[in-house]
Amino acid sequence: MTASTKIFIPRDTASISMGGDEVAKKIEKIAQKQKKEVTIIRNGTWGMSWLEPLIEIEVKNHRIAYGPVSEEDVIDLFNADFLNGGTHPLKLGNTDQIDYLKNQQRWTFRKCGLIDPISFDDYTTNRGFNGLKIALKKGSNHILKELKKSGLRGRGGAGFPTAIKWQTVANAEGDQKYIACNADEGDSGTFSDRILMESDPMALIEGMAIAGFTVGANKGYIYLRSEYPNAHSILTSAIKTAKKHHWLGKNIQASGFDFEIDIHIGGGSYVCGEETAMLESLEGKAGMIRYKPPLPALEGLFGKPTVVNNVVTLASIPDIIDQGGAAYSAYGINRSKGTLAFQLSGNVKRGGLVEVAFGITLRELIEKWGDGTASGKPIYAVQVGGPLGAYFPDSLLDIPLDYEAFAAKDGMVGHGGVVVFDDTADMATQARFAMEFCSIESCGKCTPCRIGSIRGVEVIDKIISNKNRTQNIDLLNDLCETMIDGSLCAMGGMTPFPVKSALHYFPEDFKPENK
Amino acid sequence: MRHKYNEKIALEIIHKVGAKPKMLVQILQAFVVKFSYISESAIRLIAKEINLSRAEVHGTVSFYHDFRTTEAGEKIIKICQAEACQAMGSRQLTAHAEEALGIKLHETSENNAYTLEPIYCLGNCACSPAIMIDEKVYGKVDTKKFNQIVGLK
Repeated sequence: MTASTKIFIPRDTASISMGGDEVAKKIEKIAQKQKKEVTIIRNGTWGMSWLEPLIEIEVKNHRIAYGPVSEEDVIDLFNADFLNGGTHPLKLGNTDQIDYLKNQQRWTFRKCGLIDPISFDDYTTNRGFNGLKIALKKGSNHILKELKKSGLRGRGGAGFPTAIKWQTVANAEGDQKYIACNADEGDSGTFSDRILMESDPMALIEGMAIAGFTVGANKGYIYLRSEYPNAHSILTSAIKTAKKHHWLGKNIQASGFDFEIDIHIGGGSYVCGEETAMLESLEGKAGMIRYKPPLPALEGLFGKPTVVNNVVTLASIPDIIDQGGAAYSAYGINRSKGTLAFQLSGNVKRGGLVEVAFGITLRELIEKWGDGTASGKPIYAVQVGGPLGAYFPDSLLDIPLDYEAFAAKDGMVGHGGVVVFDDTADMATQARFAMEFCSIESCGKCTPCRIGSIRGVEVIDKIISNKNRTQNIDLLNDLCETMIDGSLCAMGGMTPFPVKSALHYFPEDFKPENK
Repeated sequence: MRHKYNEKIALEIIHKVGAKPKMLVQILQAFVVKFSYISESAIRLIAKEINLSRAEVHGTVSFYHDFRTTEAGEKIIKICQAEACQAMGSRQLTAHAEEALGIKLHETSENNAYTLEPIYCLGNCACSPAIMIDEKVYGKVDTKKFNQIVGLK
């Protein structure tokens, strides 16, 4: 009797969006017909999105990859004896030897792709819950010490040192404290939170439990955007599994520590990714920005001390506790320690998730991993850090990816999204879109953002149509300064960055003769 | 499954999600999943059940893009309008969809078959342009693939 062959087919959104479910069904059907014993495992994704659906066959303890596989390819793969690693044009070799993956420094995403996201055994045999185990044994001060050593900064975009935030909440007086996980990944070109939640959700759960234990909170919320229904269903299963095995809920591992997690779904509002707007939304209200201070660490959710962290930040912590803070800070440069999961997308040949140490340049990322543009045309502009990030021309692609180095060029690393445009892009249109997006998504609380963005669209239209061009360019720059200096949050305060960079680096695109 | 609005189901939803002001966004989200929109009578009912004023409920409804106030078509087609998809031709795809379906973004077709909506990022940026129909995401959608998915010629 031959053993059943293991076939891995990712269940993340990218794979499903390219036909992953249909491929799985087809394989099952043909296997049945040909009387081949197969076990289909719906794993998470390795993040090589351009190869999705990327399926893997386990042969003699090695995983052999094929991709991108369409429904029509399946019969061909059977004919090529792919169940034994047979040769086929879609064969990519051993998964762990694919250069895209092999050259990464995976920390937070080390289990993504490897495991079935909702399998407790898969998680624990890969050092899952070791971090929480150590935390429960060694106590709050030990965690804060290791976190400080790690140099971890908030991966949601703002880059605030996580240890300081946690220390503030730990020191805060309060009968009730909260952990609020920001899973409202609304920036265009970012999908690392989604991949983490769909591929290794228990790492997030573990990170949140460690946070709760450290600061003295017994309740956590995941604020998940409504655009991520697949992540919702995987997270829900993972929470159930963690509870069943007593790593979540009452009296975790008989330690006396209780921690519960609820998922709240957003209402499709970009500004709710801003932490105070998110807290308002979690309280059931419209997502209007709050004034700061008071800081959420002192008066956050329902007025109580609250840790607000992004998904990737929280999911990085179990391994920092398990491996020690120094192991994490060994990666990276200057004040940007550790790794960042960059997300390559837009007009790029090989889009996906690339977790590497800080310090790599944009050019390395786009050339070595991205393999240039999808269209084959020259790179024209690259937007880093989401819709509030600057557009960089080719001449700026050699600065190292580092929070401070980017800020010095009026850019931001943000959440690590890298969107590539070829030379068919029109940067005046992109600048106009930045203002338009701000007018659609502004919460309306402060005038520079609410009104400024609408005036911004009008002024750009005038510039493009050559009405009082010089004066209107001055006016646009002036408006941008007002928005930067006068807005309450990053929505209005950073919308000018893509606008100003487009105007500064691509002035030709704003001339009517070039339209 | 989508259901025509009725008060009995609406009440069940409110009490299942939790009849408290802090659950308002969650209640509204559950309403759009079930009924596709929040009607005027739904606002009254929610306000009464969770002890908020109608103005407060209305304010929250009107703030969020998801909380549609008119009934949607049978298929809700959302086309990503954000930068990564723009870089791969989502503007052209949107124009094609508008022409093929005979409706603009934010509109519902006369036969009530389709509602076309903009969306700002589905997190499928490495397989752009992306669209979402009901809860399913499709990647690398060109005009041909769009027609195929939507069932147009």
